[in-house]
Amino acid sequence: MITLSETSNNFLHELCKKYRNDEHELINVLHEAQEALGYLPIEVQHKIASELNIPDAKVYGVVTFYSFFTMTPRGKFPVSICMGTACYVKGNELILDEFKRRLNIKAGETTKDGIFTLSTLRCVGACSLAPVVSIGEKVFGNVTALQVKKIIDEYVEKAEEMH
Amino acid sequence: MKVNIKIDNKQHSVPKGLTVLEAAQLAGIDIPTLCYMKLHDINIENKPGACRICVVEVAGRKNLVPSCCSEVEEGMDIKTHSIRVINARRTVMELILSNHPAECLTCSKSGDCDLQSMADRLGIREIHYQGEKTVNRKGNSPAISRDPNKCILCRRCEMMCNEVQTVGCLSAVKRGFHSVVTPAFDRDLIDSVCTFCGQCVAVCPTGALTERDETAKVVRALSDPTKTVIVQTAPAVRAALGEEFGNTPGTLMTGKMVAALRRLGFHYVFDTDFAADLTIMEEGTELLRRLKAHLAGDETVKLPILTSCCPSWINFFEYQFPDLLDIPSTARSPQQMFGVIAKTYFADLLKIERHNLIVVSIMPCVAKKYERGRPEFQQNGNPDVDIVLTTRELAQLIKLCNIDVNSLEDEEFDQPMGESTGAGVLFGTTGGVIEAAVRTAYELHTGKTLEKVEFEELRGMENLREATIDFDGLPIKIGIAHGLGNARKLLQDIRSGKSHYHAIEIMSCPGGCIGGGGQPYHRGNVEILKKRQLALYSEDKSKAIRKSHENPFIISLYKNFLGAPNSNLAHLLLHTHYFDKKD
Amino acid sequence: MENTVIKFAMGTCGIASGTQDILHYFDKELARLHYPAQLVKTGCMGHCYAEPTISISLPNQEPVMFGNVNEQRAREIIDNFLIRGDKVEGIISPEADFSRKQQHIALRNCGNIDPENIHNYIENEGYKALIKCLTSMKPEKIISEIKISGLRGRGGGGFPTGIKWESTRKSKSNQKYVVCNADEGDPGAFMDRSVLEGDPHIVIEAMVICGYSIGANNGLVYIRAEYPLAISRLKTALLQAREQGFLGKNILQSGFDFDIEIRYGAGAFVCGEETALIHSMEGNRGEPTFKPPYPSTQGYMGKPTCVNNVETFANVPAIIRNGAAWFAGIGTEKSKGTKVFALAGKIKRTGLIEVPMGTTLREIIFEIGGGIKGGKKFKAVQTGGPSGGCLSEKYLDTPIDYDNLLVAGSMMGSGGMIVLDEDDCMVSMAKFYLEFSIDESCGKCAPCRIGNKRLHEMLEKITEGKAEMNDVQKIRDLSKVIKDTSLCGLGQTSPNPVLSTLNQFDDEYVAHIKDGQCIARQCKNLIHYVIIPENCTGCTVCFRNCPVEAIYGDKGQVHNILDNQCIKCGICLSKCKFNAIVIN
Ligand SMILES: Cc1cc2nc3c(=O)[nH]c(=O)nc-3n(C[C@H](O)[C@H](O)[C@H](O)COP(=O)(O)O)c2cc1C
Ligand code: SF4
Ligand code: SF4
Ligand code: SF4
Ligand code: SF4
Ligand code: SF4
Ligand code: SF4
Ligand code: SF4
Ligand code: SF4
Ligand code: FES
Ligand code: FES
Ligand code: FES
Repeated sequence: MITLSETSNNFLHELCKKYRNDEHELINVLHEAQEALGYLPIEVQHKIASELNIPDAKVYGVVTFYSFFTMTPRGKFPVSICMGTACYVKGNELILDEFKRRLNIKAGETTKDGIFTLSTLRCVGACSLAPVVSIGEKVFGNVTALQVKKIIDEYVEKAEEMH
Repeated sequence: MKVNIKIDNKQHSVPKGLTVLEAAQLAGIDIPTLCYMKLHDINIENKPGACRICVVEVAGRKNLVPSCCSEVEEGMDIKTHSIRVINARRTVMELILSNHPAECLTCSKSGDCDLQSMADRLGIREIHYQGEKTVNRKGNSPAISRDPNKCILCRRCEMMCNEVQTVGCLSAVKRGFHSVVTPAFDRDLIDSVCTFCGQCVAVCPTGALTERDETAKVVRALSDPTKTVIVQTAPAVRAALGEEFGNTPGTLMTGKMVAALRRLGFHYVFDTDFAADLTIMEEGTELLRRLKAHLAGDETVKLPILTSCCPSWINFFEYQFPDLLDIPSTARSPQQMFGVIAKTYFADLLKIERHNLIVVSIMPCVAKKYERGRPEFQQNGNPDVDIVLTTRELAQLIKLCNIDVNSLEDEEFDQPMGESTGAGVLFGTTGGVIEAAVRTAYELHTGKTLEKVEFEELRGMENLREATIDFDGLPIKIGIAHGLGNARKLLQDIRSGKSHYHAIEIMSCPGGCIGGGGQPYHRGNVEILKKRQLALYSEDKSKAIRKSHENPFIISLYKNFLGAPNSNLAHLLLHTHYFDKKD
Repeated sequence: MENTVIKFAMGTCGIASGTQDILHYFDKELARLHYPAQLVKTGCMGHCYAEPTISISLPNQEPVMFGNVNEQRAREIIDNFLIRGDKVEGIISPEADFSRKQQHIALRNCGNIDPENIHNYIENEGYKALIKCLTSMKPEKIISEIKISGLRGRGGGGFPTGIKWESTRKSKSNQKYVVCNADEGDPGAFMDRSVLEGDPHIVIEAMVICGYSIGANNGLVYIRAEYPLAISRLKTALLQAREQGFLGKNILQSGFDFDIEIRYGAGAFVCGEETALIHSMEGNRGEPTFKPPYPSTQGYMGKPTCVNNVETFANVPAIIRNGAAWFAGIGTEKSKGTKVFALAGKIKRTGLIEVPMGTTLREIIFEIGGGIKGGKKFKAVQTGGPSGGCLSEKYLDTPIDYDNLLVAGSMMGSGGMIVLDEDDCMVSMAKFYLEFSIDESCGKCAPCRIGNKRLHEMLEKITEGKAEMNDVQKIRDLSKVIKDTSLCGLGQTSPNPVLSTLNQFDDEYVAHIKDGQCIARQCKNLIHYVIIPENCTGCTVCFRNCPVEAIYGDKGQVHNILDNQCIKCGICLSKCKFNAIVIN
């Protein structure tokens, strides 16, 4: 038996209903579910599958296909290193390496303390500021490897304040 | 409509709508394929265009063309073995092998593996590309072993499971280099909606999906002096076993199989057909009881009654139609009826403890491996059936024990549980269970003797069949489905109240057990299935007794032990109940 | 009296560089000063290199554009330019070089109008083409106009748009669809995003025209979820278009119904491929299927579907308004009209530009783009993204069109254009694009799924200095087979960046393999940071900044770098004020 909190359960029920329980709306449903719940654990996928009357395997196949969907909770601060071409040629690989080294995680992973999730993405739309790193809504432009430590410290502090 | 095309410099006129692959086949050219699969008569096709082994060169096209999914066009000039084509094919094959564990020497698929024979056919002698290989968790279940590292993403299993069986257990997951086919959430099959029909196993071209090998357990049991080891063989096994030893499909191996099993050292060689006769007694009686009550206006008694001898089918409705749990017959499958009679009646007869009696089944089926483990079929932790081997595993065991099965003299089953009728043997094919049931139910209901025991209207290979049998003025409507996708259609009709049948036979595998997941690989050739079916019909015909209720051992079993069909003891031992597994 | 109009470039780029704050600043300050001005948020003005950009039109004067506007400059602009009418620093436009060779058709409104105000669009000839179609043109006539105009698909393939519309029209069905492909996934391309952010109605208008022409009543926009601003502007535009009767039932009393829904991508580049896109819209994994059948006969939900790119659509209204002959008069023989490019990389003026087909690469890079940044040497220009190739100096005078770029060994692609200088390693560049293709391959077919991986591993060997010369031939052979046998466009083109760099920069490959040298000094395994003792003053700056303590030396003494500890982060080099650190 797979359990889900009453609220999440009702939320997903209503969400699927909004999309007429139409299996073709699966991706829209997943988008909204992830936005509301933060990630798409097995229980959520299973619930969506039964609401849309499709197999679990199908939902899982879709969730794992699209890089936008995640099955693990994200850190408080999602760090995205732009790996668009403009940022790449301006040396963002070095910045990525520095983040990986300092946070001691690989791209796609979350730090143990749950503060950072490191990921790469392709073009934030601020190519003129390349190399670009974004943390949440905030965009850092012309980042150098030297700045990485400062940026991390700043957000660790923020996380502590939020505590 | 015809189109004119050139294949390898020869002009051909072929029907419009054919693929290049089919056109080439007409022209006697066998283009190699790996992912493509077509099960003709049942209208099943898998052509994802994934492996790219079947590419050919078409004049004027920039790229090579996959012949399995390209239709012929007027004036096409096709080359099936130009150097460009051969080079491409071999390179793609090398790429596939560069991400494959080279374990042929120990792989259970070796010798029967399409990938292996394709590598040989393309003359791959060296793999020029090396690098990282995908690593995925292997998965085991009571019935099926999964080694996703051997998967070449042909997607056949996915198509079988999702489109033919409509179970929806398997899906391609992740993407790119990391893609693999798995059950939901990468769980083991036992924790998924898998029914263990084994149809994915039946079509997998590699060792990625195989039955769980239990031959070693049998060898161990046979060498244990404290155990009495008995074996039962399902009807469909005898019709296919020969193929593993070079005989043409449809060769009946009953006598030689019995002889081989004795050589292997089984103390008693019995026939599941006997239990099939027992099933008919219980199921037929139940049908008549429900029919009578229904006709008398009892609304609590529902019709149609559904057969319940296929464990994969049981799983299917437990997962997908839990609202209909009261529709199927409560009769256990022949395998389990055999097991329980063996461990009670027969063990008493031998005066041994049940745990010193080892019951081995030889089945065409992988689901039976799962079925024997269901908790309902254990007594204090001791299962009614201890080990289940598939037809393929039996062949393996025979080879292991140096038995030249083709040269053996025919032998007879042991008594009493080797006594069976023609009706019992029909269980191995689609339509057979219901035909056997009709023979008995008709005579019990009408009190008359059938003039002709063959019901041609129930035979054949069509996906869904129906017939009305006149029970002496009472028209009994019968439906038959093989393949779970077809079963789903009938169930949906029942759910929505549209079904007009009195009884329905359902078998999970296309063709019934002759096409089971544990049978020698038929590679989509339905002609082979038809020949196996004919073999069963001919065994039925050759039997002196062809109706279950006339089986003398059955009669004495009821007299000496069970009482009457559907008696309290019969219910306790021979019937079961079902569970809602939806969540 | 007319007001002063101040426009703020508020595309994603502008917002990312802080235009929002500048807008607030102006708003607050002008209100305080009671200065009458109309503040307008627009989309991208194209001058990415100078964000935040604003444009000011004083009453009855030509607009003037200011770049790199921060608060200090804003202050100057208000005090000196607006109030006193003096000249101030920071004027970037009219800048002849950037604009002279450009011609804006798809971008005509982008950066000029408020994308969230349909009236602004209408005032600029918006929906005129739709009115013309619905009141005076038969579908066949529209299709023939599009055919004569010579418009070709801007999504990369360059397929003639009119022919696609015609074949979708001819497919018999009770239900058809118009799909706008806004999945723009090329790394380094942002044309479609800019159009949707700056002028969403132009796409809506074109989709309705397309629907009317092919006999479809439903439209879908498949847009990347990574484009939140474009999505929200598009949503606003859809609402407004519906309110004004340009969308919905009985459009402009013509009896024609058409409406548009939005579907979101979810981070899969391959979903830009039209069959994959359709599967994705249906709620499935975005795996392509073999064509034929084409979407025009069997598309969304199995129904005839016309899939066009954002920019393709953005050309349609102008063609209808001005006539096919006008459009066909622009461009080269086989490629008509203009093309939008996203200029980026080592170039002075990065930005969004639109030029007539036939403009040369030299004109784009050195005139419009202002040449290479920092006095470095031009090395190559990459077009066509992961499907395209790198073109060396030799091709600078090639007039750009679909066919010329193919001949040169690259591709038009969707319009990303990345300029590379002497510091860029071409092997790494090829590896970068290949890595993208591997990440984004759907994994369905074997040559793309496994072949690209193996190709990448071989390139990796080269950049690590572990390759042998015969690997080069292996790379070529494998590339050819991958192109020849892959199922969809992704695999069929993914080796292009490798092949084009091999063809034009083979000396770099050879240098990596034979001499263990990366000429551009980019490949970490082939470079070493060293300190030149003569230049080192022992200032300890490098020592203090090295993140891994790979530098030692006492204050005032020459420092040293421990090569085996150094992670090649480059921090010391950027910190040393005495040019004492070099890469070997
Ligand atoms: C891998 C791949 C990615 C593609 N990505 C896009 C894309 O992001 N946007 C786009 O408009 N077309 C893309 N295309 C091209 C589309 O398949 C299709 O040809 C195009 O949308 C048709 O529109 P057009 O004729 O207006 O260009 C892509 C093609 C491939 C093979
Ligand atoms: S799956 Fe086939 S090719 Fe692979 S190891 Fe097994 S026998 Fe060999
Ligand atoms: S085929 Fe070759 S490798 Fe395999 S067992 Fe025989 S000799 Fe050995
Ligand atoms: S055994 Fe049957 S139900 Fe289970 S995965 Fe295979 S095909 Fe699907
Ligand atoms: S498991 Fe077997 S049948 Fe399924 S995709 Fe892999 S190789 Fe094909
Ligand atoms: S049809 Fe027969 S072989 Fe197939 S699953 Fe059912 S019992 Fe097993
Ligand atoms: S070429 Fe690549 S992206 Fe295209 S179908 Fe094949 S694996 Fe998928
Ligand atoms: S920063 Fe430069 S000058 Fe200072 S110690 Fe380092 S190498 Fe020497
Ligand atoms: S490159 Fe980075 S790691 Fe190496 S010495 Fe300089 S600062 Fe230290
Ligand atoms: S490539 Fe990084 S912002 Fe565009
Ligand atoms: S057999 Fe044609 S692509 Fe696999
Ligand atoms: S100025 Fe807008 S994208 Fe660059």
